[in-house]
Amino acid sequence: MAAEIWTVVEMRDGEVRIPTLEVLGACRRIGDAVGAKVALVLAGKDAEPAGREAAARGADILYLIEHEELAAYRTEPFAKAIADLAAEKKPNAILLPATSQGKDLAPRLAARLGTGLASDCIEADTDSAGVLTFTRPIYAGKVLEKISIPEARPQMATLRPKIFAPGEADPGRQPEVVKVAADLSPDVLGKTVKETIKASTGRVELTEADFIVSGGRGMKEPDQFKILEELADTLGAAVGASRAAVDAGWRDHQDQVGQTGKTVTPTLYIACGISGAIQHLAGMSSAKCIVAVNKDPEAPIFKVADYGIVGDLFEVVPALKNALKETQA
Amino acid sequence: MNIIVCVKHVPDTEAAIKPLPDGSGVATDGLNYVLNPYDEFAVEEAIRIKESGGDSTVTVITVGPEDATKSLRTAIAMGADEGIHLKDPAFLETDAQGTAAILSEAVKTLPYDLILCGKQAVDDDCAQVGPALAERLGIPNVSVVTRMSIESGKVVAHSELEGATQVLECTLPAVLTAQKGLNEPRYPKLPMIMKAKRKEIKILDAAALGMSPEDVAPKAKRLSVSTPPPRRAGRVLEGDVAEVVKETVRLLKEEAKVL
Repeated sequence: MAAEIWTVVEMRDGEVRIPTLEVLGACRRIGDAVGAKVALVLAGKDAEPAGREAAARGADILYLIEHEELAAYRTEPFAKAIADLAAEKKPNAILLPATSQGKDLAPRLAARLGTGLASDCIEADTDSAGVLTFTRPIYAGKVLEKISIPEARPQMATLRPKIFAPGEADPGRQPEVVKVAADLSPDVLGKTVKETIKASTGRVELTEADFIVSGGRGMKEPDQFKILEELADTLGAAVGASRAAVDAGWRDHQDQVGQTGKTVTPTLYIACGISGAIQHLAGMSSAKCIVAVNKDPEAPIFKVADYGIVGDLFEVVPALKNALKETQA
Repeated sequence: MNIIVCVKHVPDTEAAIKPLPDGSGVATDGLNYVLNPYDEFAVEEAIRIKESGGDSTVTVITVGPEDATKSLRTAIAMGADEGIHLKDPAFLETDAQGTAAILSEAVKTLPYDLILCGKQAVDDDCAQVGPALAERLGIPNVSVVTRMSIESGKVVAHSELEGATQVLECTLPAVLTAQKGLNEPRYPKLPMIMKAKRKEIKILDAAALGMSPEDVAPKAKRLSVSTPPPRRAGRVLEGDVAEVVKETVRLLKEEAKVL
């Protein structure tokens, strides 16, 4: 099969983000299964070194689309530049990470190409002809859906971060670098980036975190989140919150885990004073390991926790922090 | 200013959702349906813009089955002026890209300066309609907006990224998708609810939009629906805090191997 499977690159601060490498890993495995070439598609500016480094982790081809209008990510010029290349190369599939950027770009790109898009997939399998079947959570993960794009081409999907193994460096593979000119005029859909305001926590972001300590109504007041932050410091963790804590004004909405907040996939999720409402579970139930601390033995969270501690979190959490510190000493 | 808000009628997030016995879809009988929570933020923002002065009209539009009219009426009870229901058996099976195509056929016949959607529907969780609609209309889009203001023919919007917020300025017309935190949606008051019940809703089918069955056939096709594998039952530890905590750390290291 001469067709190509594409991974679209997402950059931040001059680096290729890890979710891109996860998508590249998935594309490599699909490409190997069907004998298709894997291409990394980088739209940007002055990004060749970063592109080459990422491409070495599983790509056969690096398409480098560089242009002044692509220096900072914007949906419209990125969609046009990639769609123009897709019209020429006719890839079998285009996959992106289901990050904020990916979820913004993919639907616009799919509409421009007149094709179908499977969003936020947790599995991507192929048959021998390169027809992909995707598994994706719906209803906030209460059920799973299997879908495919049998006829429209390219098949498109966004893949949920922290699920797929990233592509591995392969010194035996030298990706072919293809420089692509983009046809973009400066006023293609007047949108400008005025500024990017970084969140001030200094912690890893929730959807990228391996460890998360999270607090709910049981924390009783905003100042008590300090004990969670101290536990988080010991683990290098992010700090999350339930909807109750956010709606009470104790924590920022960006910290909310759950159906109307973030979906997280950490290695370890420690839920403190969180009852485990169905909407909260929707956001964290695919964590590898869940620890719950709650004084109510009937709290629904204990049904999903691998380890449940029934007790006073104001005693348990500092004790947990100390016990962890001891093991690190 | 003409503001269009795209909304969806979806099951309440409290609902326990199960696949049909044959796995062909989700069992929807008996579920309580509501206006999609993220669309509430979009409707509220449109009404606030209208209330802030000038001469604005808010039109809510939905692609959905018979009952979807109820969510249009909820939005009208909140303060939207007009409702349009895009209703046709051929629309029932379409996918997110198809929904955007259907909406664009209707919207392009209307005057619009601003189009607002919720960032995603809480049933299908696709988060595609906003950007796809913008592409079909040939206008810019901003996703996952937590703050917005209209200033002399442009919109300045705060868009949520991982660990950051991007401030974007965009010419109008544009499509913005609403994120939680954009505003606090109002509860419709009873007199408005009663009035909304009597509001005439415009209904358009595929023929009225000039769309053939091929135009709305889903490109992404559902093969099956299943329940996720249940998590293994865990264990609960009680007793002396120091001992319980020590044991938990040991289990995390040796059994779960996450430390």
